[in-house]
Amino acid sequence: MSSTTSGPETSSDPGSNVIRKARSSVWRGVWTDHMGRTGVIMLGFVLFIILIGPLIFPFNASAFGSSASSILQGPSRAHWMGTTELGQDVFRQFLVGGRISLYVGVSATVIAILLGTGIGLVAGYYVGWRDTILMRVTDFFLVLPTLPLIIVLAALFGQSIVVTSLVIGLTSWPQTARIIRSQVLSLRERPLVLRARSLGARDVRIMGLHILPNVAPLIFANLVLVLSGSILAQAALAFLGLGDPVQASWGTMLHNAFNSGAMSEGAWWYVLTPGIGIVVMVLAFSLVGHALDRVMNPLRRGAR
Amino acid sequence: MSVRYLARKMITLAITLYVTVSFNFLLFHVLPGNPVQLLARSGHFDAAARTQLIKLFGLNHSLLVQYFTYLNDMAHGHLGFSYIYREPVTTVLGSAVGNTVLLVGTATVITVIVGVWFGVVAAARANSLTDASITVTSLSLWSMPDFFTGMILIFIFGVWSHVFPVSGIESPGLTTGTFGHVFDIGRHLILPALTLTLVNAAEFSLITRNTLVDVLVEDYIVTARAKGLRRHVIIWRHAVRNALLPVVTATALYVGMILGGAIQVETVFSWPGLGLLTYNAVEQRDYPVLEGSFLLFAIAVIATNFFADLLYQALDARVRET
Repeated sequence: MSSTTSGPETSSDPGSNVIRKARSSVWRGVWTDHMGRTGVIMLGFVLFIILIGPLIFPFNASAFGSSASSILQGPSRAHWMGTTELGQDVFRQFLVGGRISLYVGVSATVIAILLGTGIGLVAGYYVGWRDTILMRVTDFFLVLPTLPLIIVLAALFGQSIVVTSLVIGLTSWPQTARIIRSQVLSLRERPLVLRARSLGARDVRIMGLHILPNVAPLIFANLVLVLSGSILAQAALAFLGLGDPVQASWGTMLHNAFNSGAMSEGAWWYVLTPGIGIVVMVLAFSLVGHALDRVMNPLRRGAR
Repeated sequence: MSVRYLARKMITLAITLYVTVSFNFLLFHVLPGNPVQLLARSGHFDAAARTQLIKLFGLNHSLLVQYFTYLNDMAHGHLGFSYIYREPVTTVLGSAVGNTVLLVGTATVITVIVGVWFGVVAAARANSLTDASITVTSLSLWSMPDFFTGMILIFIFGVWSHVFPVSGIESPGLTTGTFGHVFDIGRHLILPALTLTLVNAAEFSLITRNTLVDVLVEDYIVTARAKGLRRHVIIWRHAVRNALLPVVTATALYVGMILGGAIQVETVFSWPGLGLLTYNAVEQRDYPVLEGSFLLFAIAVIATNFFADLLYQALDARVRET
């Protein structure tokens, strides 16, 4: 386990076509992996439904039922996935809600990855006091229980989707920072970095040009996992009543279903539709992440 | 484990706890939009009442004085007064802690056993159909939000069939002695504990599998195989022992996650623990209770990590420090 860390020295500068070649082989690796391919197909399906879906399916999301008989109805030709406790169309809410779940997940992930990469890069590159301080902070946030912290922040700062994204993003970076730092620690001792430094390159240039491209695959593999985690966190937050009440995500739909007594009415369509949406979206990202990890983790590839 | 190591760990623990308490102060008393200021500023009070409130919360003092007052309160176990229950926060939390420990404790024990077992089975037949189906099942369960898993179980066992109770910790008006009471709580415990287990066992099975797959190609396993040892002896006696170390660390790290899951599961099943308390505190904006329960969650996770570190030291000679 310990003998593999001093692997073969990398060839000099990573030329752009080398990176491009690596990228296409990663893509092929994911596609030939059974789980990876399943994930990609599921992901394509989900993205198609929530991005294109609202344009093709002619339902009205906010229309209320005209009478008591239109409340909590099972699936029918008029309402493919039944109706809500207010007589709204579940399928239409599902189509719109998915966008919000995805939007919050993606923007939280972008924040977390930027923070985590930046902190990991600086900590790993400038060992010494900067590393010590940054890693102490990282370890502190790593230990804090995430969901309780997110709940507290959302309760204090509000429930708009922007605040939710910020709150999840600002609490999901520590893992990424740790992973990036350990990789940068080994990269900074490689000949190409030493050579660039002896030629007088500035730190920012070395980090951006020589180190960042080499940790990019790692960032990418980590990104997919952070994304699944963010979507789950957003769903939990919305279910606990801390979602945006105006822009209802899948989590908010489940909150409404649960609190309106849809469960005891046996309105399974109202619960299963958004729930399965979350599961399929998260599972698709997890499968792709799993496959990426297999393809890009050289240790595991050797072990197979 | 040397005394010096233990002393150093204790100092780190003390510092972490101090930082956590200060972080809590920052969140609830300093940052803009903090509940104390909001309450004092809200328009529902006349000038006299407002002055009184400001005095009550010590807002007329400087932040530094407020901070030291806060630390002093913490040191004496004063966590404030609940807006809703009209009782000290410590009393409110105290009545809920036991129920959460019962639920999380039961679920964690089952989770580790089930998760490790499935992980070992998957790794022992790495890249077989069994392995693939265990991994896919684990990933699917991992992808389910805890509260959604709970809702599905409610549909199956509470709505479509009435096998288990789906709400609360005991049946109201039950008068059948101590044994009947324990049995009743046990019945109520089944679905919440099953939910937590389903979601988290997946995580453990994936960790165990991946570590074990790496361990199984190591030289001493090849040696054991060459000696002609039986397959299950090699796996359970030689490999699992070493693969279990990351599981110990994982257990500590995932306590935070399991507690997060407990908030959702307690909400779904109305289990009267810290999670349901947190949910109600959020709903009713009962900030002192929210503050207290967050502090308790954080301390629980920090303490678990501390003990896991000690355990790890005791178990693994390779990381033993002096």
